[in-house]
Amino acid sequence: METLSNLADGFAVALTFQNIALALAGCFLGTIMGALPGLGPSNGVAILIPLAFTLGLGATPALILLTSVYYGAMYGGRISSILLNIPGDEPAMMTCLDGYPMAQQGRAGEALALSGVASFVGAFFATWGLVLLAPQLVKVALLFGPAEYFALFTLAFATLGGISATNQAKSAFAAALGLGLAMIGVDTQTGVPRFTFGEVHLYDGIDFLVAIVGLFALSEVFIFLEHRRSAAEEAAKPKIEIGRITPSWKMLRYCTPTMLRTTVLGFIAGVLPGAGASLGSFISYSMEKKLVDPEGKTFGKGDPRGVAAPEAGNNAAAGGALVPMLALGVPGSGTTAVLLAVLLSLNITPGPLLFTQNPDVVWGLIAALFIGNFMLLAMNIPMVGLFTRVLMVPPRILMPVVAMISFVGIYGISGSSFDLMVMVGFGIMGWVLRKMDVPLVPVILGTLLGNEMEVNMRRAVTIADGDYSVLIGSPLTIVLWSVAIIGFILPIFVGGVVKRKMRTARDKEASQTD
Amino acid sequence: MTIIAIRRGLAAAALIACAPLAALAQDFTPDKPECIAPANPGGGWDFTCRQVGKSLQDLGLIPSTMQVVNLSGGGGGVAFAEVVNKRNDNNDLIVAASSATSTRLAQNAFPGNTMNQVRWLASVGADYGVIAVAKDSPVNTLPELLGMMKNDPTSIAIGGGSAVGGWDHLKVLIAAQEAGITDVRGVKYIAFAGGGEAVTQLLAGSLQAFTGDLSEARGFVESGDIKVLAVLAPERLGGEFAGMPTAREQGIDAIGANWRGFYAPGGMSDAAYDYWVGAIGALYASDEWKQTMETNGLAPLDLQGAEFEAFVKDSVDSISALSKEIGIIQ
Repeated sequence: METLSNLADGFAVALTFQNIALALAGCFLGTIMGALPGLGPSNGVAILIPLAFTLGLGATPALILLTSVYYGAMYGGRISSILLNIPGDEPAMMTCLDGYPMAQQGRAGEALALSGVASFVGAFFATWGLVLLAPQLVKVALLFGPAEYFALFTLAFATLGGISATNQAKSAFAAALGLGLAMIGVDTQTGVPRFTFGEVHLYDGIDFLVAIVGLFALSEVFIFLEHRRSAAEEAAKPKIEIGRITPSWKMLRYCTPTMLRTTVLGFIAGVLPGAGASLGSFISYSMEKKLVDPEGKTFGKGDPRGVAAPEAGNNAAAGGALVPMLALGVPGSGTTAVLLAVLLSLNITPGPLLFTQNPDVVWGLIAALFIGNFMLLAMNIPMVGLFTRVLMVPPRILMPVVAMISFVGIYGISGSSFDLMVMVGFGIMGWVLRKMDVPLVPVILGTLLGNEMEVNMRRAVTIADGDYSVLIGSPLTIVLWSVAIIGFILPIFVGGVVKRKMRTARDKEASQTD
Repeated sequence: MTIIAIRRGLAAAALIACAPLAALAQDFTPDKPECIAPANPGGGWDFTCRQVGKSLQDLGLIPSTMQVVNLSGGGGGVAFAEVVNKRNDNNDLIVAASSATSTRLAQNAFPGNTMNQVRWLASVGADYGVIAVAKDSPVNTLPELLGMMKNDPTSIAIGGGSAVGGWDHLKVLIAAQEAGITDVRGVKYIAFAGGGEAVTQLLAGSLQAFTGDLSEARGFVESGDIKVLAVLAPERLGGEFAGMPTAREQGIDAIGANWRGFYAPGGMSDAAYDYWVGAIGALYASDEWKQTMETNGLAPLDLQGAEFEAFVKDSVDSISALSKEIGIIQ
C-alpha cells in the first residue's frame, strides 16, 4: 500500500498546470517525430533537451516533457508503418507486416485506431509493472549473464521463420545478410576493425536507422519510380479507401488476449538491458503468430492481431526499459541512454538509491507517464481521420516527400553525408531484394541483434576460458534453448501442410497485384 | 607558463568582479559558437558539450547559445577528420574530447590524423579510474586482486565499458604492470557496451572485477552493492569519496584519469584560441562548474592552453608505448 500512497504523491507532483501542458506538448511532438521516418524516440528526446534547458525547467517537469516525447514517439512510429509501409522507427517495423496490408484493404482507419489502443494497453500495464515490480524486476536483469543473453537472441532468430511467410530459405538468406552487415565495424572484444576497408565512418558499424530508412523508405521510392504510370492510368487505379476510423468492439475483444500476452512479453524484453523495444516487438509478433496462427493463414495479410501484437509489445517494452534505467542506471535502449544523460545533467544520479533519494522525481515521473498515456490515447483516436488523409495524397507528390524526409532525417541524426550514401546503398539493396522477393525484416533483425548476439557469446566463452559448454550452463539458458529449438523445429514438422497453403496464398496474392 | 597563469588570474578576477564582462575583455567574440560532440546524444562527449555550452551561456561567457552538433562515427574519428579537412580555420568551433580521443590518436585509430593537426584548448575535469569488486567478494585490496591475476590470469574476469585496447582496459593493464605482471596480455578483460552494463554483470556474478570511471561506479558504491578496491588518482579524493583508498597508497603506482576537455581547429586564430582558453578557464573557476563537477563525480584537472597541450602529448606518448607492448599497434 505504501507504493500506492507514493503514487498518489506522484500525482500531486505531476498534476500542475505547467506539467500537464508540458505532457500535452511532449505527446504531440513525440507522435509527429515518431511518425517521420528517421526521427525516432531517441533523436526526438535528444532534440528537445536544449528546449528543456532553455526553459529552465526543474528536474520533474523536464523529465515529464521528455518521457512524454518518448511515449509519444513509440505511439507515432506505427502511423507511417501502416499508411506507407515505412516504419517510423525500429520497433514499428513489425507493424508494417499486417498494418500495411490492412491499409491496402481499405482498413487503414481501423488499423490505426486498433494500434493506438494496443499501444495504450501495452504502455498502461507496463507502467503498472514499473510501479509495482521495479525493485523486484532488477533481480530479473541480474539473472541474465552473457550466456543467457546469447540464448535469448538465438531464440529471437529461431522464431524468425514465423515472421515472413513466403519462403524460409529466403528469410534465412536475409537474416544471414543482416548478420553479415552487423559484423562491420571495430570488434569490441579484440579492438580490431572488421570489413571497414580503412574507412573511418564504418568503424562504429552501420547505424540501424540508416539501414531501415534506406531499405524501407528509399526502396519504396525506387519501386514507385520503376512502376511510374501516366496520369490517366493512375487516375484509373482504384482509390484506396480509408474505411471506418473506430475499431468495432468485436475486433477489440478479439484482439484483447493478444494485447495482454504481448504486453507481458514486451515488458520483460524491455527490462533486460540491451534488448529493448525492438526485441520486444519482434518476439511479440513472432510468438503471437506461432500461437494463434501457426499455419500462416492470416498473419502478414492484414490480421488485426498482427497489428495489435507488436504495438502492445513495443510500448510495453518502452515502459520496461525504464526499470533498469531508474533502478540500476543502466539504459535498456537508445532512448533511455539519452534520458539517463538528462538525469545526470539535472543533478540526479540514477541507480539503486534513486527511489529513496529522489522519490518526488521518480513518482512524479511515473504519474506523468500515466497522464501522458491517457492523453496519447485521447489524442490519437480523433487524429486517425487526419492521418489517413495521407493516403489520399497522390504518390507522385507523396514519394518525393518521403525521399526528402528520409534524407533530412538521416542527415539530422549524424550530420554526415557518408551516411546518406550508405542509405542510398541500402535503398538500392532493398529494391533488389524486393525484386527477388526476399523479406526485408530479417535483414534488419540480423543487423540489430546480430552484434549483441555475437559479443555475448564471446563474452560468455572468454569468461569460461574457451569452454563452450557454458552456453548451456544454467537452468535459464536451458529453458531459453528449449523454447528456441521447439520454435524452430515445430514448423518443420507441420511444414508440408503450411507450404501448400502458402503456395496457394501466394498465387492468390500474385494474381491480385498483377 | 607565467602568461597563462596571469591570464587565468585575470579571467578569474573578471569573473568575480562581474561575470558577463569576462567575455567582453577579449579581442574576439564568436558569432555562432558551436560545439561538436563526436558521438550520438547521451554519451560523455555529448554531455560535455551540452553542459559546458549551457554553463558558458549562463555565466555570460559566450554571447549566444552554444549550438551542439552531434557528429558521430569512428569513435570520434569522423569528427576529427571533418575538423581537420573541412573546418580547419573556423574560429567559432570547439570539439569535445576525452581520454578516448588521446587513446585512439595514440593507436592510430584515426587513420592519417595526429594530435598536432588541432589546437588543444583546456580541460574541464577528470573522472578517475576505479577498480572494484562486488560487495560479497572475498577480495579486499588491490594488491590481493592483482596477486590473484598474477598467479592465475584465468581466475579473474574483469569487465569494463570500453573495447579491448580502450581506456578502461588500459587502466587495468597499467595497474597490472605496476604489480609486476609481465605478460599483461594474459589479463582476462571483457568488453561491454558501457560501464553500467559491466557493473550489472559484476552484480550478476559473471565477472569478478570491474574497471571503469568513478562516475559510473558511484551510484553502486553509495548503495553498497560494490566495493572499490582502489581509485587510480594521485591522492585521495575529497567529499564522499574520501574513504576510497588510492592505488598508490597500496603500493601500486598507477594513475588513470579519464580527462574531459576540448580541442579546436588547427587553423584557429590566436585571438580566438585565447578567447576560448580564457572562457573555458573562467568557467572552470566558477562556483557553478564546481557544483556540476561535484554532482557528476568529476575530480579537478585544471589545465589550459600550452599546459593542456603538453598534458595531451604526454598521455598520447605513454598510451602509444603501452599499446605497442600489448600488441594493439605495431
